[in-house]
Order: sequence, then C-alpha cells, then structure tokens
Amino acid sequence: MAANVQFDLVSPERKLTSVLVEQVQIPGADGDLTAMAGHEPTILSLRPGLLTATGPGVEEQYVVTGGFAELSADTISVLAELALPRGEMSQEVVTDLLKQATKAHEDAHPDEHHMTQKFLADLVHIAEDLGFHTNL
Amino acid sequence: MPSLRDYRDRIASVKSTRKITSAMKMVAASKLRRAQEQAEAAQPYAIAMGEMMARVAKNVVVNGSSSKLLAGTGSDQRHLLIVMTSDRGLCAGFNANLVKQARRVAYDLIGQKKDVYIVCIGRKGKDVLQRDMGTHIWESFTGMVGKKRVEYAEVSKVSDYVLERFESGDFDVCTLIYNEFKSVLVQSPVVSQLIPFKMDDAVQDNADPVDAAPVGPTSPYDFEPTEEEILNELLPRNIGVQVFRAMLDSAAGEQAARMTAMDNATRNAGDMINDLTLIYNRARQAAITKELIEIISGAEAV
Repeated sequence: MAANVQFDLVSPERKLTSVLVEQVQIPGADGDLTAMAGHEPTILSLRPGLLTATGPGVEEQYVVTGGFAELSADTISVLAELALPRGEMSQEVVTDLLKQATKAHEDAHPDEHHMTQKFLADLVHIAEDLGFHTNL
Repeated sequence: MPSLRDYRDRIASVKSTRKITSAMKMVAASKLRRAQEQAEAAQPYAIAMGEMMARVAKNVVVNGSSSKLLAGTGSDQRHLLIVMTSDRGLCAGFNANLVKQARRVAYDLIGQKKDVYIVCIGRKGKDVLQRDMGTHIWESFTGMVGKKRVEYAEVSKVSDYVLERFESGDFDVCTLIYNEFKSVLVQSPVVSQLIPFKMDDAVQDNADPVDAAPVGPTSPYDFEPTEEEILNELLPRNIGVQVFRAMLDSAAGEQAARMTAMDNATRNAGDMINDLTLIYNRARQAAITKELIEIISGAEAV
C-alpha cells in the first residue's frame, strides 16, 4: 500500500480540504504531474485545470484556475487562486470566468498576449472537459 | 424651569435613541460574527502563502535582475502609504486612531525629507486626511466591504492599482496601515511594509526546520517552471493576499468597535432615562404638593 501524504487545498477565501491521500494529480503550468509521498521538495505554479486527490476512501476533484503548489516529502499544499469542488461548477461560473479571461486578454499588453491566450485556452479546455458550453 | 411636558418629551426622545443604538448594536454583533468567520476562513491561505514566501525568499540570491518587489528599487525616497479605514462612522475611535497613526507616520517621513503619497481605502479616512494632506492623496477606494462579505476580487483592485503604479516607477516603498483585530474590545493600528518584501520574523521562526539546515548554492526546492517565474507570480499575489487579509481584519474590527460603542451608548441612554425619570417624578410631586397647598390655604382663608 502506498504511503499517505497530507493534502491541503486553500483559496484566499476559504480552506477547501485537508485530508490524507495517496496521490494528487496537479495541473502544473508546465504540464500535469502526480504527486505522491516522498516527492522531492518542489514549488510549481498551476494552470487552469482539474485537480484530483485520490486516497484511502476518498476521491475528490476540484477545478482550479491557477495558483501555486508546494510539494514536500509528506505534505502537498495547494494555494489556488480560485478553487471549486467539481460539483459546484455551473454554467454561470464558467461563463463568468470566460468573460473575465477574454476581457483580460483583450486588455493585456501585447507582450503578455501569449500568457492570457494560454490561460483562456486552458480555461476553455477544462470547461469543455466538464461538459459546459464555451460560446459566449 | 422646564415644565413637566418638557421632561416627558426628553425622556421619550432618549428612549427612541436607545432603541436605535440597541438595534445598531445587534446588527453590528451579527455582522461581526460573519466578518470573524470570514477572517478565520481566510487565515490558512494567508499563513500558507506567508510561509511559502519566506521559504522562497530565503533561498533566493538577490541580485540586479531580481524582482524589484523583493529587492526594492534601491532608493527609499518615495513612500506610498495605504490607509485603511471604514466607510461608515459611529464606531468610536476606530477610524480616528488609525488616521492619527497614519498622520504620525506621514509627518515623520516628511520630516525626513521623503516624498509621501497616500492611497485611502474607506470613506472616513479620506474625509479626514483630505483636509491637511489632500495634495498627497493619489486615489481612494470605497465600498470594499460588500453587503455581506469582503470580496477578494474587489480588494484586488487596490493591490492591482498599487502594483501598476509600482511597475511604472512611481514610488519606492509601500506601507500598509490598518486596524488589527486583536479582540472584540481591542483593535490597534498596525503599520506593515508591503514593498519591498520584508520577511516576517514570526513566519521565519515558524518555518520548517528543513530551512534551518545550511543552504548550499542551490535551494532545496525544485521550481517549475523556473524560480524566477514563480517568484514573479508569487510576489504580486502575496501583496494582494496581504491587503485582503488586512481588509478582513479591518472589517471585523470595525464591527467590533461599533458593537462596543453602541453597547456603551445604549447603557448611557438607560442611565440618562433613569436620571430624567427621577427628576420628572420629583417635579411632578412638587407640582401636586403645590396644588394641594393652594387648595388647603384657599379653604383656610374662607
């Protein structure tokens, strides 16, 4: 049996979860990764995506829009910019997020266009994955 | 001498004032509970962020290419003060104490021949500071505390504005002055530096023992994508979080201060009603006695 690791997920407004898990799939900015106990200490930034925590008797999924994750041998803490349990996602939330991202992209400095473009694309991707409309 | 009717009116008016203050007290109490809950809910994120910042900043070698948010601009000539007050009054010394503290800091800096700029959060602070420091005020924000709760999106407008001005090189040092919520009875003004990033001693002491181990030329952390990119994202985010946390503290403190002030006002109104009732009764009794004397002496005269 795999060793367990303490997993905490917090957003600026509340603490979403704090459980013992076996592994967490994290949507890192440079690609997805699965963190387990004994991971090398790492700090990574997140892209919009689905975060999945699997453990003894738990399987939790959260939608995050960005933020940071700090991994160490026995803890995984995720500081999300905005995080919602998968079940709380609604078309309304998706539309809101997409509108904001589109506006940010339009207002962005040309140097930052590739970043906002990528953010928007990731957001559309996750929304489509969850079966929401992405046409505004 | 006031007539009986004057006393009656007076008592009625104090009674209705008491009704209002006691209602305000109850409203403040329920808002306080909500604000406290929110402040508690936000605590884990702020702590985790502080610890992460401390760990990252500790291992970063500050050099010419480091982010200015961490290394500073190399000067401390231009200071920006963010003064955080409430939008509404009737909360005892809550705003007055804070503004006093802000003014002390500002005049101190001016005395040292520094340039001082001010960003106000909350209507009350702006109203007062406008009088003698109007020319120093860049911008003021109101309506941070929404109907029910403090919204992160709303508060981040302030941090975004500050960061924008910093990026365009308008100031060197940024200090936040806000009321810390110590307890329901005590809120005290706190001055904390936001830019450049200053490691909090408390956070440093609490940080993992891992960090205490001698650090070689490389940091014990792997960074993805790169250390620099993480830091460039982490630093501005940290400022947003600091401002948000201060705002939550200030919002809870405001309600607590108002609750205490209104509780005192209600009690004072009660005392006043008792005193007035006593005087009223005495005056009434005096009037009755006077009438009796008039009747008796009238009867005796016949």
